[in-house]
Amino acid sequence: MLTFTLRRLLLAIPTLLVISLVIFLLVDLAPGSPMSDIPLTVPPDVRQKMIEALGADQPVFVRYVLWLRQFFWVEPAYLFDSWFGTTLSEGEQRILSWQSRSPVFTIIGQRLPQTLTVIGTAYLVGVLIALPIGIYSAYRQYSLFDQGGTLFAMIGFSVPTFFSGTLFIIIFAVWLGWFPTKYDTQLEVVDWDTFWEQIRQMALPVMTLGLANAAAISRYMRSSMLDNMTMDYVRTARAKGMTERTVVLKHVLRNSLIPVVTVIALGIPSIFGGAIITENLFGVNGIGAALIGAIHASDLPMVQTLAFIFAVLIVLFNLIADILYGFLDPRIRYD
Amino acid sequence: MKMRAALLGAVAALGIAPAAFAERGADGEVKLTFPQAVSIVNPYLSGGTKDILAAAMILEPLAVVDPDGVLVPRLAVEIPTMENGGVSADMTSITWKLQPGLLWSDGTPVTADDAVFTWQYCTHPEGGCSQATKYEGVASVEAVDPSTIKVTFAAPKPNPYTAFVSGLSPLLQKAQFEACLGAAAPTCTDANNMPIGTGPFMVTGFTVNDTVSMTANPNYRDPAKPAFATAVIKGGGDAEGSARAVMETGEFDYAWNTQIPPDSQAAMAAAGKGQFVVAFGTLVERIEMNMTDPSADLPEGERATVKHPHPILSDIKVRTALSKAIDRSILVEVGYGAGGKPTCNIIPGPEAWASDNPACLTQDMEGAKALLEEAGWTDSDGDGIRDKDGKKLSILYQTTVNPIRQDFQALIKDWWTELGAEVELKAIDPGVFFGGDAGSPDTFQKFYADVEMYANNSDNPDPETYLGQYQCKNAPSPETQWQGENINRFCDPAYDALHAELTQTTDIAKRQEIAKKLNDMVTKDSMVVVPLVHRGTLSAHSNTLGGVQINAWDMETWNVADWFRVK
Repeated sequence: MLTFTLRRLLLAIPTLLVISLVIFLLVDLAPGSPMSDIPLTVPPDVRQKMIEALGADQPVFVRYVLWLRQFFWVEPAYLFDSWFGTTLSEGEQRILSWQSRSPVFTIIGQRLPQTLTVIGTAYLVGVLIALPIGIYSAYRQYSLFDQGGTLFAMIGFSVPTFFSGTLFIIIFAVWLGWFPTKYDTQLEVVDWDTFWEQIRQMALPVMTLGLANAAAISRYMRSSMLDNMTMDYVRTARAKGMTERTVVLKHVLRNSLIPVVTVIALGIPSIFGGAIITENLFGVNGIGAALIGAIHASDLPMVQTLAFIFAVLIVLFNLIADILYGFLDPRIRYD
Repeated sequence: MKMRAALLGAVAALGIAPAAFAERGADGEVKLTFPQAVSIVNPYLSGGTKDILAAAMILEPLAVVDPDGVLVPRLAVEIPTMENGGVSADMTSITWKLQPGLLWSDGTPVTADDAVFTWQYCTHPEGGCSQATKYEGVASVEAVDPSTIKVTFAAPKPNPYTAFVSGLSPLLQKAQFEACLGAAAPTCTDANNMPIGTGPFMVTGFTVNDTVSMTANPNYRDPAKPAFATAVIKGGGDAEGSARAVMETGEFDYAWNTQIPPDSQAAMAAAGKGQFVVAFGTLVERIEMNMTDPSADLPEGERATVKHPHPILSDIKVRTALSKAIDRSILVEVGYGAGGKPTCNIIPGPEAWASDNPACLTQDMEGAKALLEEAGWTDSDGDGIRDKDGKKLSILYQTTVNPIRQDFQALIKDWWTELGAEVELKAIDPGVFFGGDAGSPDTFQKFYADVEMYANNSDNPDPETYLGQYQCKNAPSPETQWQGENINRFCDPAYDALHAELTQTTDIAKRQEIAKKLNDMVTKDSMVVVPLVHRGTLSAHSNTLGGVQINAWDMETWNVADWFRVK
């Protein structure tokens, strides 16, 4: 298991390097300019000066190598400095966003908590809703409950979040006035009132995303349960006189969870990636909103760094899913 | 004695009562929302209006422009003019006097050195200052004494009110930005996000592209202002969401740039929680005619250059016919509602500068058809499309991806098809269209199309610079890496000569007359530019927010110190 993990980790290094180059070239070749948001009243020579000040006029490979150095040396050194008070990164240029001239990692640091709370909660809520629905739907296949669950999943799958989100805003914020439509990122939870405020402002985005997440996972859970329900060992268990509760929740559920856990683990990087549409709609200043804003403004360092971090997370969670799989299913061993 | 004290007390109470009513910070929090979030609070490094709007609450210039387009002193005692001796007789210098006792929000005094430094900051060759035009032609800025600033120009400048005027060109604190000159400018993250200013508010918290938190500046010069103790700007989402947060849910007090379809405007206004306000500046949505041939058959480097005049649009009759066929009031109704009005001018305001030019306001389809016949464009083969000398009247019409612009394209295509033209539509991502990348074929400067539509404006009520765009020398070409503002490649020596005269004229009435003539030369006289809609900036504010005076000539937040809570 350890050799497997080490081998996979070593293999990840060239993979990630290639990914970083491909992302860099893709982002660079994409049309657009960091100057496109600047009013037309700013004349061309001033624009040219601004581009030069950003360093955006340098050849692409110079910028790539510079970025590699900043990402793998300057930024870790900076982090090390801030932990241990050393001066490794002194005088070094950190990765700066073209749009805001702030260090990219500072922006990510500001935004990750929002993304993790909102998107993470939505994912958790989605899983918590999905598992019981999936289990009971499979146990009572073709029952009214199963039909209802299917309908729920179909709606969750097919209604895009920009539609369901707007619908929720109109129903719950405009008509009923229960929840705010804009997420207040400055809110600090210090007492029960602010905690309640936080719950209220998270309600709409979590509802929107939870619906979409639950839909997918409940279908996986249901089909995995159905596969196992007809197995011989289930009949044996029942023949042994075990209660239905034990049969379903101990024997069938445990075995059915294996593929579902993989699906859930593979979905975790998307929590870090944020939810571009939902974050934008509700004004949650998460990673997804940062990414789309940076893409609009052709903020290359920001897009490149974010995309690369997502790549790292995806590679990492693929590995974690594989290891988890071996852990959950004794039949699978990598040695 | 007692009686006298009591009387004095009563008088004092009477005198104080209104002041106590308008005490600083008495009205709690004001919440603003922008569809685009604030990225940086330094207008000199900013990429757009959203940043400068936020900065205008914190940093102040010497003078601002009020909603009527009139200069009003801010940090200066008065507006220097030739009459009061502030502007030299030869128009090569202007001398500003700072108000006495001005303090930065950190309690240190504001001096003329700060202005000198601001000029150095923005004109540093490696700084990439986005407001460099404000300091164009400035030879030096000197601190004559701690409260006197003398700006000297390299040549006589009829309009000396550029440097340190309007929210685009405020004073920075030397002490804070001293280490941020030139290439170091972007690295001063703290200074750029939390500048020390003289304005009614100061930044207490900043999250990039999300929120700016502010509190009232304790050293603001008017002890009774601002009425709000704190202010918050939340950014992100879209115009619809921002408008809704003010007009329907009432979560916010002010939303900037709520340009939404007219029917949504009406529906939201009906909720009764707020109102839309509109300010008309000089922003004009227009169709620009390409005077050069954009044909792909021409070799690269000659395509869309002055070497090859446009085969169809070089004829003024065709251009005029295309303009006559458009019904501008329908365009306004469909696209902008209260946020727009039909216009035939590229300078639609201020009133004194706008030409009286209503000719294009009524659609004249028959007249347009007659003009085309006259020009020799007839439908000789009966396919519904006019032709001349074997060439079809075929037009490629490009603009950016934007729902209103696509509506406009569809409507105008209908009218032009009725006229007998074949129209092909193209919509380009705004990042590419306005990106100015010389390698892309789709920038508005390259203009590889017959006509294109976008909006442009003058950032100064005095349109000298803006009108200068249409000089021959400003035509984009391969030699200039396709940079240049004369998008149409319009070239008329008479225009250039008249513009040169404008730069030398000081008499305001004469300037206005010349500006009107220049406006007419590119619009009704030549139809090189076909103005469609005079666009306002549409914003929304809650019914509980008072004192809002929307301003098209300066930042909308120009008078945020006077905003208060309606009780």
